[in-house]
Amino acid sequence: MELQAVLMAAGGGSRMTDLTYNTPKPMLPVGNKPVIWYPLNLLERVGFEEVIVITTKEVQKMMSTDSKIKEVRMKLDVVCIQEDGDMGTADALRHIQQKIKTDILVLSCDLITDVALHEVVDLFRAHNATMAMLMSKTHEFTETVPGQKGKKKTAEQRDFVGVDHSGKRLLFMANEADLEDGLSIRKSIMRKHPRMHIKTGLEDAHLYCLKKAVVDFLTENKSISSIRGELVPYLVRKQFSKTTNSSKIKDDTDDQSQKKTDNVANHELVISSRDEGLLQLAQERSCWNDHRGDMSEAYHGGKLRCYVHIMDQGLCFRVNTLAAYIEANRLAPKLFEEPAVHPSAVISDRCQMGSDSIIGEKCQIADKTSIKRATIGNYSSIKEKVKVANSIIMHHVTIEEGCNIQGSVICSNAVIGRGADLKYCLVGNGQRIDAESERTNEVIVGTNQLMEI
Amino acid sequence: MQKATLLSLDGSEKKDEIERAKNEGRELTKEEKQRLRKEKKQQKKGKEKKDDKTPKGNEKEKSAPSPAPTPAPTPQPPAQAPSQKVPCPVMAGSATETTAASEKPTKSKAELKAERRARQEVERASKQGKKGDGGPQAAPSKSKVAPSELQPVVKRLPEHVQVDNPEVLKKLAKKLERQQIPLRSDYGYKVSLFSHLHQYSRKAPLTQQLSIPSTVIHPAIVRLGLQYSQGIVAGSNARSVALLHAFKQVIRDYTTPPNEELSRDLVNKLKPYISFLNQCRPLSASMGNAIKYIKKEISNIPSQCKDKEAKSKLLNCIDCYIDEKIILAAKAIAKYAIEKISDGDVILVYGCSSLVNNILCEAYEKNRKFRVIVVDSRPRLEGREALRRLVQRGISCTYVLISAVSYILPEVSKVFLGAHALLANGYVMSRVGTSQIALVAKAFNVPVLVCCETYKFCERVQTDSFVSNELDDPDDLIVTRKGKTQLENWQEVSLLGLLNLVYDVTPPDFVDLVITDLGMIPCTSVPVVLRVKNVDM
Repeated sequence: MELQAVLMAAGGGSRMTDLTYNTPKPMLPVGNKPVIWYPLNLLERVGFEEVIVITTKEVQKMMSTDSKIKEVRMKLDVVCIQEDGDMGTADALRHIQQKIKTDILVLSCDLITDVALHEVVDLFRAHNATMAMLMSKTHEFTETVPGQKGKKKTAEQRDFVGVDHSGKRLLFMANEADLEDGLSIRKSIMRKHPRMHIKTGLEDAHLYCLKKAVVDFLTENKSISSIRGELVPYLVRKQFSKTTNSSKIKDDTDDQSQKKTDNVANHELVISSRDEGLLQLAQERSCWNDHRGDMSEAYHGGKLRCYVHIMDQGLCFRVNTLAAYIEANRLAPKLFEEPAVHPSAVISDRCQMGSDSIIGEKCQIADKTSIKRATIGNYSSIKEKVKVANSIIMHHVTIEEGCNIQGSVICSNAVIGRGADLKYCLVGNGQRIDAESERTNEVIVGTNQLMEI
Repeated sequence: MQKATLLSLDGSEKKDEIERAKNEGRELTKEEKQRLRKEKKQQKKGKEKKDDKTPKGNEKEKSAPSPAPTPAPTPQPPAQAPSQKVPCPVMAGSATETTAASEKPTKSKAELKAERRARQEVERASKQGKKGDGGPQAAPSKSKVAPSELQPVVKRLPEHVQVDNPEVLKKLAKKLERQQIPLRSDYGYKVSLFSHLHQYSRKAPLTQQLSIPSTVIHPAIVRLGLQYSQGIVAGSNARSVALLHAFKQVIRDYTTPPNEELSRDLVNKLKPYISFLNQCRPLSASMGNAIKYIKKEISNIPSQCKDKEAKSKLLNCIDCYIDEKIILAAKAIAKYAIEKISDGDVILVYGCSSLVNNILCEAYEKNRKFRVIVVDSRPRLEGREALRRLVQRGISCTYVLISAVSYILPEVSKVFLGAHALLANGYVMSRVGTSQIALVAKAFNVPVLVCCETYKFCERVQTDSFVSNELDDPDDLIVTRKGKTQLENWQEVSLLGLLNLVYDVTPPDFVDLVITDLGMIPCTSVPVVLRVKNVDM
């Protein structure tokens, strides 16, 4: 078996609490499909047959009842972890260490992308890399976000990513938060890679191919708890550390266990394989080098290599903020060739529906409604003379007559009273909007939710 | 055991079972599939017996004078390679037929042989009568006779790569489909003289069409294929070593399925892998020989040998092969070559040959005083790597491009060339540009020494570089200077074709000596070495 897929779906959605306080992030509907369906679909399309899903009990329960998830033909091995526990992604990997038998592909549940996955995996295979990841140009969100008080949102912490001249080898990675005085690059890196391109407009897609040795390393190093925050920068730094470069290549006559006991003391990443001698011979005899201009051999003799595939075309973003969620509802349905209107929806003839609207299962749309650029969830009912534009309506929502809803997000089980006028609002789960009320740019959530904050 | 039961079962019974299976829609077992295939073959033979196809006869004529089949493309040729001559297609055909369809009932084979002999007598008698018609007619009639005799043993000699022949392409596609390997599509306009060869683009790897955790193909082989197509593993020796390393991993992960024998099943498992690697990058002669060796070793495993033993035996064989044929051979060649290097020599090398680099480094260790001129050529610019390795050791080098070779040759005292393969008629197949250098060196009366291990000796015969070659990605020729890429849209210019050849052949008149691990031989002794090798094997 070559790769095992691991889907991390235990995250809380801390940056969009208004949406997630009732529905866990993996199950938020995007284009009437739960968010977690998109990475599962990506894996299935590419040819995976099994996925290990790390999630909470609540999500597992919801997944088992969801019709879209049931359509997924892969075997889902769901591992539940405590949702209140402070488990980082690396901790989760440590938790399932027993199940991991080979190299892994770690995905985040909120990734929506149409990347050709073989690009990332080919880098991993061809260069025998320790890690290969996916990044894309930051997606600018242009839609107005409900609840924003007109101020421009605070700049997200930028990532500084350094790649070599080919644009594939990852040389440097740091977050703006960690760089207090300035960006400092070690001389050893500059000596080996004199031309480095540093990019800041990139977004990490949280898709990583990791060697099995890294998982073994994690079990010994319990201090690392997050893949993105700690493991990745550590691996990138370790590429150029003196100890890995000068590690002796042992003969493959010893067995693996001996090597492990030798290295467990000093937290080294053992990236050796059997027949290391033969691989070395092949590399020596090959007339290929990944760089030129200096006297060193291919890869500068380093055993640890990190690669990145930067997507410049195509769709790739993570649904972890409200703005991203709204954008996702716009773009995600375009990825698939599915009919916009679910066959079981009941739509009356005199309703004006734009071509880019999505109508879910068993919806009821009455006469004289106008629906433009909106996503209507399953089992929702929209009464007469309602105008819905640029909005997202989740499941089981009832919208009474005469309402006018623009640029808003209405969560599940909400009821909008008759004649209400909502502009750029976010109506939380199960909320009731009184009739004839006018709200603009507000976040309407329950009082118990407010208490949590 | 298994075979016997197959034979003893009544043919019709098996057929019913297959029909039932098909109707039930369950998957046919391997035996049933083989049985079906046999039936189809029989039916085809029956049809061909009735009508003596002339195109078949003409093709037979074409294939008869054609050179020996390449050992690389299909696994069939190894059995046929020893018997090359024109009247032998019949014999070769029957030999492969016996190996391929080993479960054919023996009585029908004897029957067919008897039929064939009877027909041969009749034809010979009739030919005696027709002798007066003249020579040229005898040849076509003979070749026409050959296919009709071959009807019961339909096995054509495999042709060279023929991408411009849609029939051959269809056959290849069918074979790949059967093995569940995706077909790699050609890219770009091909120059007409080379339109019979494949031309792939590096930006469209074969892994695009494979599932990501590859289940059909062993992951080590997928990795190897990727490294080949991206050029990470390049050079004859490196490719062979990497191939054997991947095979070792395949053998380690292999388990014999129940009711199968390791000696037969493992060979069948390797066939799709070899097709896959061929699709990624056409196999080299050294790889072909290595594969032949492995297949022979696998089929020689006795059937009562246990899995674990057999596997360790095979792994051992592979290690021995690499040790003997590559590592020790390099040492032996270095020893012979150093005798030819004297103090004050100016040695010219071309491109990056691992063997020549090894020789020069060893000679330097033995305190010979010489300097090296490295000649390089676009688009690969492999000379830079050779330059780096030599300079790292402390050898003083000069670097020129191939366009300056006639300028630099008056300074040169010897030319050392590496080889990709040595052909049976003494021609040297090597990186494109080698024959140019050998030609110019000959004109300047500079001795040309070719260094080549014996495992690269190939039974093919070739006199020109057109018939069998490799086309690399044409986009490699595009270069960006000062921000401008002139050839960016070369595909839109209708009269423009980019050609990126990889190999060329050097005639033996330009080569003065071939240094092999068996000693220093003239170019024309290559067939002798091959003969000796075959006797050994």
